Amino acid sequence: MEPMRQSPSPCSSRPSSPRTPPYETLGYVGIDAVLDQLKIKAMKMGFEFNIMVVGQSGLGKSTMVNTLFKSKIWKSTALDLERPIPQTLKLQSVTHIIEEKGVKLKLTVTDTPGFGDQINNDKCWDPILGYINQQYEQYLQEEILITRQRHIPDTRVHCCVYFVPPTGHCLRPLDIEFLQRLSQTVNVVPVIARADSLTIEERESFRRRIQHNLRTLCIEVYPQKCFDEDINDRILNSKIRDRIPFAVVGADREHLVNGRCVLGRKTKWGIIEVENLAHCEFPLLRDLLIRSHLQDLKDITHNVHYENYRVCRLNESHQLPRGPGWVNLAPTLGGPPATPRPSKVCQQAQDDSEDDEEC
Amino acid sequence: MAVAVGRPSNEELRNLSLSGHVGFDSLPDQLVNKSTSQGFCFNILCVGETGIGKSTLMDTLFNTKFESDPATHNEPGVRLKARSYELQESNVRLKLTIVDTVGFGDQINKDDSYRPIVEYIDAQFEAYLQEELKIRRSLFSYHDSRVHACLYFIAPTGHSLKSLDLVTMKKLDSKVNIIPIIAKADTIAKNELHKFKSKIMSELVSNGVQIYQFPTDEETVAEINATMSVHLPFAVVGSTEEVKIGNKMAKARQYPWGVVQVENENHCDFVKLREMLIRVNMEDLREQTHTRHYELYRRCKLEEMGFKDTDPDSKPFSLQETYEAKRNEFLGELQKKEEEMRQMFVMRVKEKEAELKEAEKELHEKFDLLKRTHQEEKKKVEDKKKELEEEVSNFQKKKTAAQLLQSQTQQAGAQQTKKDKDKKNFFFM
Repeated sequence: MEPMRQSPSPCSSRPSSPRTPPYETLGYVGIDAVLDQLKIKAMKMGFEFNIMVVGQSGLGKSTMVNTLFKSKIWKSTALDLERPIPQTLKLQSVTHIIEEKGVKLKLTVTDTPGFGDQINNDKCWDPILGYINQQYEQYLQEEILITRQRHIPDTRVHCCVYFVPPTGHCLRPLDIEFLQRLSQTVNVVPVIARADSLTIEERESFRRRIQHNLRTLCIEVYPQKCFDEDINDRILNSKIRDRIPFAVVGADREHLVNGRCVLGRKTKWGIIEVENLAHCEFPLLRDLLIRSHLQDLKDITHNVHYENYRVCRLNESHQLPRGPGWVNLAPTLGGPPATPRPSKVCQQAQDDSEDDEEC
Repeated sequence: MAVAVGRPSNEELRNLSLSGHVGFDSLPDQLVNKSTSQGFCFNILCVGETGIGKSTLMDTLFNTKFESDPATHNEPGVRLKARSYELQESNVRLKLTIVDTVGFGDQINKDDSYRPIVEYIDAQFEAYLQEELKIRRSLFSYHDSRVHACLYFIAPTGHSLKSLDLVTMKKLDSKVNIIPIIAKADTIAKNELHKFKSKIMSELVSNGVQIYQFPTDEETVAEINATMSVHLPFAVVGSTEEVKIGNKMAKARQYPWGVVQVENENHCDFVKLREMLIRVNMEDLREQTHTRHYELYRRCKLEEMGFKDTDPDSKPFSLQETYEAKRNEFLGELQKKEEEMRQMFVMRVKEKEAELKEAEKELHEKFDLLKRTHQEEKKKVEDKKKELEEEVSNFQKKKTAAQLLQSQTQQAGAQQTKKDKDKKNFFFM
């Protein structure tokens, strides 16, 4: 059962009442003051944003997150050779509240250390999918309560940044598997990590090959073409789609270049400026994620991915039999996703509830 | 595989300081842009007697001429008329729905006047709840028809609230944001107005009617909301006609003794109403409707349908389980009803068949009877025919016999006369 994509086109599919003749106001009424009211309300409530970074260790995920939000969200784990590679994929989440010009943002960053690091990486995406679905499940539980909270805390992953190692060839089977599965449950933004090891021409050809791979395998990464609402969006998003995946470099140290203090990586052959478009495409990624499409990421997560999950979940509870195998919609469940293998889900659900009791 | 998420031991969220400009201060703008492209919905319910000035006030508030015919006083009951309009101002599109109570206060028996209003409001909540409970739903493109604000028009008697007003407002206060206003305020003198307002407010408080409280928790609007609340209920005058005052045109009502300017704060509270309703609190009204009134309705409705959050063992019930149970129950009932109906149908068919068979038998018998009588008659007729024929043949025989006799006698007679003649002739000779 493939989850359906519903195109969130609010204007065109609005069911209109029998008579909606357009009227022109003859004088100033003050309707546009509602925008200010909205802003005040939003600023008072604060914003939430949950981002997940996925990629093999050593690709600069933590550094990238620090660079994106210009603060020490993670301590960089670069020189931690003594720590053994974890056997199971343990997701780590950290939440911060950052404020800029009166706008409060509750930022949650989830890291996936150990992804793709084992010899046998089969099903290494399952814990990630499980985590994402767990957040959806939590939200669904809150939503179907009789007395529910005024503002349901949103822990759903709004964006997943996938770090592609800069091999220069094309997407590896692990990347393809992961992107295929995840692009249907969450907004995925693939980036070419550590792009300073590729020249500009190599970057371009790598990018084209990746785009070709994505197209042939019908993997829809963010911004998805089917959710473009109007012509302006389409133009804007086509430009972005042309440059995906962005070739990024992360750095959290500052250096002096031409008298300016810039974030960059200092090497023997020069200083790579992170925020210089000629050097790398980090500004594009930052603008996409934060400055222009943050609200859009949240909206698509809420209107499309969460709704798809909800449909699957509510439909499946009809098919599953009652009894010991019954998947309880109790909040303690944190099992793998609702893929169409009912018996397996039941089995794993039981295992997981036992595991949960341990930890 | 266990999904263990490692979190810092103390769950308090750290406030980080940024070392540069990240850029998420554009978030409110992103949010506003989204909302602008979707447009806003606002639904106002106007409750008041016929002729109290509801339509005029709406025209004045929104500066447009909404076409509507004035209602008659002959309505048999209260009915609600909803009309939607699309207004645009700068780049904001507002889908405004104005719901009118037609015939309110006109009947002789006003017992049930509030009922259609409550039913309408509940119906809108129900429609939203249905959409929310669907499996495949589209809430983002749903046309929200829930009533956000209720303007209750109080007649300017100068004394106190009518009992109809109190009863209606009491029924509505838990379902919708009520803003009471005094209509046609130009018929009350200023000193009377102050007394009237305090009388109304004290009556509302003593009867426990919860009217909409302008929010005072946000610093930017707390002050203006607090000052405006003192003037409740707003005494308004509505007018769409313009009168020249000084050197510009203003909306006003012209009387022989003076001109009442609508937008003059000394004359009436129209400007205050517009400020509060549209410019300052429209979003808050919508939010209150969604988070308070709608949630209350939803909770009551779900509890009524038998759902609970926790069962007696305080284990969390799930909406889904009870929904499943109810669904199966319902399906079982449905099946039973189907069986019943089928049985009844079969029985009826049998009865009808029996009846028809009876009727058929009767018909057959009748037919047989008819046939027999017909045959008998036929026989009778044949017998008669035979008799007749016999008679006829007898008659013919007699006739021929008679004719023969006659001809014989004639011949004999002729011979006789001839003989006589001869005799005569003989005699004469």
